[in-house]
Amino acid sequence: MKKQTSGNEFGYNRLDLLSEEIILSILDCLNENPFDRKSFSLVCKSFYAIESWHRKSLKPLRSEHLTKILSRYPNVTHLDLSLCPRITDTSLSLMSRSKMLRSIDLSRSKFFTHVGLSNLVTNCSNLVDIDLSNATELRDLAAAAIAEARNLEKLWLGRCKSITDIGIGCIAVGCRKLRLISLKWCLSVGDLGVGLLAVKCKEIRSLDLSYLPITTKCLPSILNLEHLEDLVLEGCLGIDDDSLAVLKQGCKSLEMLDMSNCLNVSHVGLSSLTTDNGHLQQLIFAYGSPVTPAFAESLHKLSTLQSIKLDGCTVTPLGLKAIGNWCASLREISLSKCLGLTDDGLSSLVTKQRDLRKLDITCCRKITHVSIAHITNSCMSLVSLRMESCSRVSKEAFVLIGQRCHFLEELDLTDNEIDDEGLKSISRCSKLSSLKLGICLNITDKGLAHIGMCCSKLAELDLYRSAGIADPGILSIAHGCPGLEMINIAYCKDITDSSFISLSKCSKLNTLESRGCPLVTSLGLAAIAVGCKQLNKLDIKKCYNINDSGMIPLAHFSQNLRQINLSYTSVTDVGLLSLASISCLQNMTILHLKGLTPRGLVAALLACGGLTKVKLQASFKSLLAPPLCEHLEARGCAFQWREKMFQEELDPKCWKLQLEQ
Amino acid sequence: MDERLCADTWTESSSPANELPKKVPPDHQPFTNFNLQQYQQKWEEDSSIQDYAMSIEPQFPEFNLPCETPSSVACNPSNQTKNEPLDASRIQDWDPRAMLNNLSFLEQKIHQLEDLVHLIVGRRTQVATRSDELVAQQQQLITADLTSIIVQLISTAGSLLPSLTQTLSSNGTPSISQLGQLSGVVFPSGPNLNGSVFPQNSKVSDQSNHVDLTGNCKTEQNCIEDELKYEDDADEGEHLSPGSYEILQLEKEEILAPHTHFCMICGKGFKRDANLRMHMRGHGDEYKTPAALAKPNKETNSEPMLIKRYSCPFTGCKRNKDHKKFQPLKTILCVKNHYKRTHCDKSYTCSRCNTKKFSVIADLKTHEKHCGRDKWLCSCGTTFSRKDKLFGHIALFQGHTPAIPLDEAKGSAAGSSDRGENSEETNKVELNLGTNFSCGSGVQNGNDAKGGVDDPPSFFSPLTFDTCNLGGFHEFPRPLFDDSETSFSFLISGSCSYPQKTREESCSDKT
Repeated sequence: MKKQTSGNEFGYNRLDLLSEEIILSILDCLNENPFDRKSFSLVCKSFYAIESWHRKSLKPLRSEHLTKILSRYPNVTHLDLSLCPRITDTSLSLMSRSKMLRSIDLSRSKFFTHVGLSNLVTNCSNLVDIDLSNATELRDLAAAAIAEARNLEKLWLGRCKSITDIGIGCIAVGCRKLRLISLKWCLSVGDLGVGLLAVKCKEIRSLDLSYLPITTKCLPSILNLEHLEDLVLEGCLGIDDDSLAVLKQGCKSLEMLDMSNCLNVSHVGLSSLTTDNGHLQQLIFAYGSPVTPAFAESLHKLSTLQSIKLDGCTVTPLGLKAIGNWCASLREISLSKCLGLTDDGLSSLVTKQRDLRKLDITCCRKITHVSIAHITNSCMSLVSLRMESCSRVSKEAFVLIGQRCHFLEELDLTDNEIDDEGLKSISRCSKLSSLKLGICLNITDKGLAHIGMCCSKLAELDLYRSAGIADPGILSIAHGCPGLEMINIAYCKDITDSSFISLSKCSKLNTLESRGCPLVTSLGLAAIAVGCKQLNKLDIKKCYNINDSGMIPLAHFSQNLRQINLSYTSVTDVGLLSLASISCLQNMTILHLKGLTPRGLVAALLACGGLTKVKLQASFKSLLAPPLCEHLEARGCAFQWREKMFQEELDPKCWKLQLEQ
Repeated sequence: MDERLCADTWTESSSPANELPKKVPPDHQPFTNFNLQQYQQKWEEDSSIQDYAMSIEPQFPEFNLPCETPSSVACNPSNQTKNEPLDASRIQDWDPRAMLNNLSFLEQKIHQLEDLVHLIVGRRTQVATRSDELVAQQQQLITADLTSIIVQLISTAGSLLPSLTQTLSSNGTPSISQLGQLSGVVFPSGPNLNGSVFPQNSKVSDQSNHVDLTGNCKTEQNCIEDELKYEDDADEGEHLSPGSYEILQLEKEEILAPHTHFCMICGKGFKRDANLRMHMRGHGDEYKTPAALAKPNKETNSEPMLIKRYSCPFTGCKRNKDHKKFQPLKTILCVKNHYKRTHCDKSYTCSRCNTKKFSVIADLKTHEKHCGRDKWLCSCGTTFSRKDKLFGHIALFQGHTPAIPLDEAKGSAAGSSDRGENSEETNKVELNLGTNFSCGSGVQNGNDAKGGVDDPPSFFSPLTFDTCNLGGFHEFPRPLFDDSETSFSFLISGSCSYPQKTREESCSDKT
């Protein structure tokens, strides 16, 4: 009170001393937590005004509030509507009033038509990016409406199945400045549309044509694009070696080429797409033809290649050896699920590639510790190593990883034989930010404690079904890794509330998966809710002891929660209804809730305005009134009805045995 | 089928050509051409006679018909067998009786001609001033008769001297230009006449067979379609050196004349020579003989002769002989179509789309076959029957955009409107719910909500029903209209499919 009067005596507000620039630069730094800006704007009227003026990017929760939001933030340039499932033409016409708009994301929205798009595009002449992925209802008229956006540079049309060549033709003629266009899964678009696009839009840098029914006919004009850098031809079955052979020249500017799943293309066709003195840096040839010495030879001319992905290919040791010899300095190799990958082949490859940063050998079940020894010997600067399910690698090999690869940031050891010794060694990788130890039955709290002590940068930890882990291990992680964002402790059945309480110190935690932790109660969940404000994904399926009293604090504190799985818990109508106050809740899985009545369910569903996906017991289907379902679906909510029987949990070890059978 | 039979009888009755002098001359294009040239060279200085020379020309548009005979003979093996002996007798065996017959006929003809000339001379003395046109007509008549006599002489002589024609052919071409007198021309031009049959024959091909068979305008269209091709051919591949062909030019009136065959007795005009021949039967018994009814036959001779090309009378046109980059037209039909397409009003409008106009009726009919089926539209209004053609067009022109087909536009517009209504309704419901569910903490509220939600079905179902009806109402008249149109088109296509069928049959006969 006294302060106030003193302030008034001076006749000015002390905050007035701060120049606008300073406040704006302070605002620039408030990006970590979405709530920070909110608090900032609530300080005083001038702060409110400055924040409204400063904000460039918006991600509204509900389309109903668009009018207010858009009038409050006049300078918004980026509008992300991925949380608004229902965007009608009316909402689009509201948005068209913000003339500064440069970028809009409608990839998760439905219910708008070409009329609204046309309105938006004609009024917002600054629009540069439009994401219309998943708009399966849109037809050529919508494409024609988009074509009016003369300044458009990036356009995503993934899964727009009803748009045909005609629509793409309109876009090609209208949007001459296009730099990026993604037509993935646009199954009605063929050679003619793509060809015209390449003829008309000379600025294209990035072109995604995955799974289109195109043939080689459209390729000459695509390869003529002067600036083309990224070309994705994944799953284009119409392209084959014979027709590729006709192409006179490849594309010189190309930096990334993805020809995964092109079953009819071998290295012969590949070489007619590339040129001798090009700039190709990344080649993705997953699930393609066998990797033989001939294939490696075709890579010979690609001297600038840095990354090669051959997932799912059949590889021969000689082929890998040849790749090792040809390609000067690869940074990234991906060989996951390669058939025929042996110690010989992999060793001969990695011994030549000493600069390797990323290596993926997921599910290469033939390799042993010999390979790991070679990898760790030669590739000292590895940043990422993914070796899920390399089941023949012995536990000693993991010690080598810790000893030699100190720069590792990402390590996937899911389903491996690693033990506490290995973990202790790996804890030397102090830069580790992502560690996956799922289904590692040999590790215990002792090993995990080393990680917790040394790997302070850990952001992601997966302990799925690593049954040896209990509270002490989690405690050390929670203490040692304050930056933890994601943790999976599913089916670590010994975990109790104390783990949850300790994890509540990790304020950045956004994903918590703790399925099948029967000892956890509402108390632990409440602690998490209070401590981890940024939690947006929570899975407490089969935490039988969590009930309504856990839901109430969750509803109160976790205002960022998007996705929740409540199946098999003891939550009832009351708990579910309280969750409805979480305004951004989108995704709910509610199976086998004993205390749930149809009436409570209806109330909760109606109250959660932002729901986009609800998984429900099929038995509820007949109990909900059809008009209600129609209404919810019209709001943008999709129902998934499940008829799963109630399942008793299995013993983790027995589960793995079952898996191996 | 009846028509075919009829045609067969015609071809069966074919005999040595040109027995009917009255009728033959207009059919014999090479000869009239020759005459024209003769006249041109002879009286080049005399402008009045130049006019006269031009006025002869209406006769040679008819040339394209004589060639029908050889082709039809080739097409119908049955005919061929019957014709062969005749041909053989004409070429190899000399029949003195036939010769005598011919000579007496010639004599008679010459007398007729004499009488005519006398008549003209008499009239000329009576009336000093007369219109050029009348003069031209008379001269035309005389020329026609003269030509027929000459032709008759040639064919008679040709049957006598098969070996002579060979020797003559070698120096035939230069002699045309050298010889100034009609009498001198007769023999040397023989081989040329014979030789000219071939190119004509191949040009009009077997469709011309059809002209007789069906006798309706559909076949004309077929011919024109073919001519179109030839015109294209001329554009693409033909590189004739300037002197290697002779250029002929028809006048506008001749090109646009509806009839090309005129009865020499009553002056009635016909489009087809066959019809003229049928007409001639009414003028006396001498026209009823099988020989008179038969198509004028052509002697086959593979001798090369000076190629004829045509010039468009429109000055400044690329097809005009005075143009710097003159591109000649190959046939008379080309001339006709070219002139109508390029220099005439497009007076035929498509009754379906009411936008496309044509100056050649066959073009209209071709268009009508496809009109409405051209679903690929460009923003410039051009329609395409094939999608790739549309995209090629758009790739070529700046600013042209593919246009969304109307029906889709309509459909989705309707969809959007009813969707919009729907959305409004749901918005209302949401508003209700919003008021009911501020905190959502009680079961009672749930009941309220249910009560509120009970409304939507009443909103939803009638609405959808309505839109259904609306859609139906909108759609209904169109299909009806379409149906009537299609039935109409069916009639047309039915009428035109018949000749096509017969053509196929004749083709299959040929093979």
